[in-house]
Amino acid sequence: MTAPAAPPSSPPALTPVELGRWAWRQLTSMRTALILLFLLALAAVPGSIVPQRDIDAIAVGRWQDSHPELTPVYEKLGLFSVYDSVWFSSIYILLMISLVGCILPRTRVYWRGMRARPPKAPRNLGRLPESRSFAVDVPPASALSAAREALRSRRYRVDVHEGDAGRGGSVAAERGYLREAGNLLFHVSLLVVLVGFAIGSLWGYKGGVIVVNGQGFSNSLSQYDDFAPGALFGPDDLSPFEFTVDDFRVKFLESGEQAGMPTEFSADLTYTERPGAPEKKYDLAVNHPLSLDGGSVFLVGHGYAPRVTVRDGEGNVAYQGPSIFLPQDSSFASFGVIKVPDALPEQLGFEGLFLPTYGFSMERGPYSRFPDALDPVLSLLPYRGDLGLDTGEPQSVYELDKDKLDVFEKDTGADFRLDIALGQTKQLPNGAGSITFDGVDRWVKLQVSDSPGKRIALGGVLLAITGLLGSLFIRPRRAWVRVREEDGRTVVELAGLDRSAGGDLGDEVDELERRLRERLAAGALPDPDASPVTTGTNPRKE
Amino acid sequence: MSTADFAAFSNNAIAFASVVYVFAFVAHLAEWAFARSVPVTAPAGSSAVAAAEPVAVGTSGAPVTSGVDTPGGAAGASYDRRADEGRAEDGRAGRGPDAGELSGRALSVEKLGRIGVALTVLAALLHLAGLVTRGLGSDPVRVPWGNMYEFSVAGAFGVTLIYLVLLRKYALRWMGVLVTAFEVVVLMLAVLLLYVPAGPLVPALHSYWLVIHVVAAVIGAGAFAVGAMASALFLVKARAEARGTLRTTGYVARLPESSVLDRIAYRVHAFGFPIWTFAALVAGPIWAEYAWGRYWGWDPKEVWAFITWVVYAAYLHARATAGWRGKGAAVIALIGFATVLFNFVGINLFGSGLHSYSGLD
Repeated sequence: MTAPAAPPSSPPALTPVELGRWAWRQLTSMRTALILLFLLALAAVPGSIVPQRDIDAIAVGRWQDSHPELTPVYEKLGLFSVYDSVWFSSIYILLMISLVGCILPRTRVYWRGMRARPPKAPRNLGRLPESRSFAVDVPPASALSAAREALRSRRYRVDVHEGDAGRGGSVAAERGYLREAGNLLFHVSLLVVLVGFAIGSLWGYKGGVIVVNGQGFSNSLSQYDDFAPGALFGPDDLSPFEFTVDDFRVKFLESGEQAGMPTEFSADLTYTERPGAPEKKYDLAVNHPLSLDGGSVFLVGHGYAPRVTVRDGEGNVAYQGPSIFLPQDSSFASFGVIKVPDALPEQLGFEGLFLPTYGFSMERGPYSRFPDALDPVLSLLPYRGDLGLDTGEPQSVYELDKDKLDVFEKDTGADFRLDIALGQTKQLPNGAGSITFDGVDRWVKLQVSDSPGKRIALGGVLLAITGLLGSLFIRPRRAWVRVREEDGRTVVELAGLDRSAGGDLGDEVDELERRLRERLAAGALPDPDASPVTTGTNPRKE
Repeated sequence: MSTADFAAFSNNAIAFASVVYVFAFVAHLAEWAFARSVPVTAPAGSSAVAAAEPVAVGTSGAPVTSGVDTPGGAAGASYDRRADEGRAEDGRAGRGPDAGELSGRALSVEKLGRIGVALTVLAALLHLAGLVTRGLGSDPVRVPWGNMYEFSVAGAFGVTLIYLVLLRKYALRWMGVLVTAFEVVVLMLAVLLLYVPAGPLVPALHSYWLVIHVVAAVIGAGAFAVGAMASALFLVKARAEARGTLRTTGYVARLPESSVLDRIAYRVHAFGFPIWTFAALVAGPIWAEYAWGRYWGWDPKEVWAFITWVVYAAYLHARATAGWRGKGAAVIALIGFATVLFNFVGINLFGSGLHSYSGLD
């Protein structure tokens, strides 16, 4: 970013134009960029502590329920969606402006520097940080051309200044131009990444859907359980693919200290890319998504959907099929409800746990001993009355609205609870009906999403790394050789200057000297006396 | 050997490695304890000169003080200075009445330092053996970084590896006492608090990106750890130089000049930063895109990887900004390493989010 010149610390009382210029210089100074970087780091912190709406809306709801007084304050500060908030955006936008304001002038300077000739040799080469001087018996003109060749062989850009009538002269050389190019590339690439990221969040989408084994999904808005579109995304942009979940397999470790840990899960899909296209099969697994034109399908979770048959008080089948239960913990004890609006004379509802491997203890009551469905049991509390589905208000399929529902009571007055093993039928009290646990289906939670611009973002980061490597490891250097006659011999002076901190300039100048002597020896008669006269190393300011 | 044998051997190797690290640490401590009575053999006042002109950098120190044109500049020079103590005592015999005793002690210092390095190498080999057999001790065989215990052991190995690789190049032996202390603490915490038995990977980690992403993160973080140690010692040394409290004996006196420490810190960070960029902003997002359907989702782990990246970016900028060079930059580097540690410890253990693979309930 814009280098040294420290900006004035207080604005002079001047015209708007000058004030604007002052403000621009402030904004694009390295100091401001540093402060903005720190602010960006700091501003990112709250989003990792306070639950974020885009990441886990349920966690946000839970947090808000338990902190009713902080919630409005946090809401105002945008703490539930930090990364979309005004203050977070303004920091990175300022940073980007500062970056542009820095890149533009530096590009101009770089462009000029690229086309300029290496600066002429300073008068006294001995005062440079590294210098060597030695005498040889080679004509000055040959020494000069040997110097040019030696510097060229180290890939310096070389500019020769001939002296008067064969009396020597000097060579100016420079290399490492790509360092600044790398630096500029790095910063421009960050803008590219930002553009890619913006495209993704404007035109992308992310939706979630739970599909029970054997059931299908077609990519339209109404099919999703949750859907988060980008600001410029329209529902018509969804590409019309369809798929059916044929089967889902999961394996758990059955023994050892980590028993119950899943080792593998995958789902068999049959899909068509658009209506009328041929059907294809796909093995969907974690880390193995199905990528289609305009969206990809990811396996993000799984669970159980117990299949039941409910008969009402009149003996008719009022409900039959799988109901999705949501896992509560790693043992896959799952919570869910079954709603039976068609039951007569009263509507019926059930709420409770599905336990894939039933266990019971006095302390915990019924629990699940293992996540696989080895000994599945439904432990339900039946309700009767009005499910409240007719009010027109949307209702969650995972909750009962108990306002107008009553539990069944035992003779003792306690709530009537049903524990139903697989295949069993249990009667409800007072002839209200029966429920049969027919089987266990599995469901998969799928995420369908598209992030256009991801290739742009990836390309941007890769370019940024390329630029970074250049800007960190290419060493811009200058070197000079001066050749003059003295007492009938030819004195060669060689000096180097590092234009970045932290290089091994001494090594470089040694290497240049070696190459120069090699060429001098090859170009002239062998010269046993070509020993160094002086070697100088001067401390330099960084 | 059976799977269980490998797993058992891995536990033994890690425990053994911790013990050897302790010995290496003790050897380095003894090295510095002995060094308290041995004056630094560079011409007296060379440090004072450096303090008066703290900008002297790179090759400036070497030929002036030692007359040896050492590759690697003053870093090499200060190393050689110490290494030469045992061999070339003649030139210094006249330093004082206790010259003979002093040179004997100097010899012990050198010996202890070498023993410390040798033990560190041995510990690193055991450490590596423990890692490899940990992978072989799982069924099916896998990379040995699938839970918090394994991340800690692998990450700690990354730090030793970076230290040993750079040891000769930058003459880092003065860092040995810090590195071995770090290893002892991390390995003990891992074994005592984080241990889980070897087992298969959770399905979320079934991906070759586990190899690419984690290896890059470990190397990047290892470089940041070594860089942080250099930056911390830079602050200590620069403070002593600035206050003029530099003595001729002791640990601080024997550290390279602050400008050299600063340069080593910069180089190690400059090595680590692109690798971290790759781990956090390339390999991580690509894998996240495959696994979770979004390449960047502000998951707590991602947030902190980003924060780390921003802080180290600030470090690199600070080095080019007047008023921030040196001390300011070194402090930023330490903050950067603190964010790495927090991301590893805090987010894995206390945080939620998608990166919760600690394997601890």
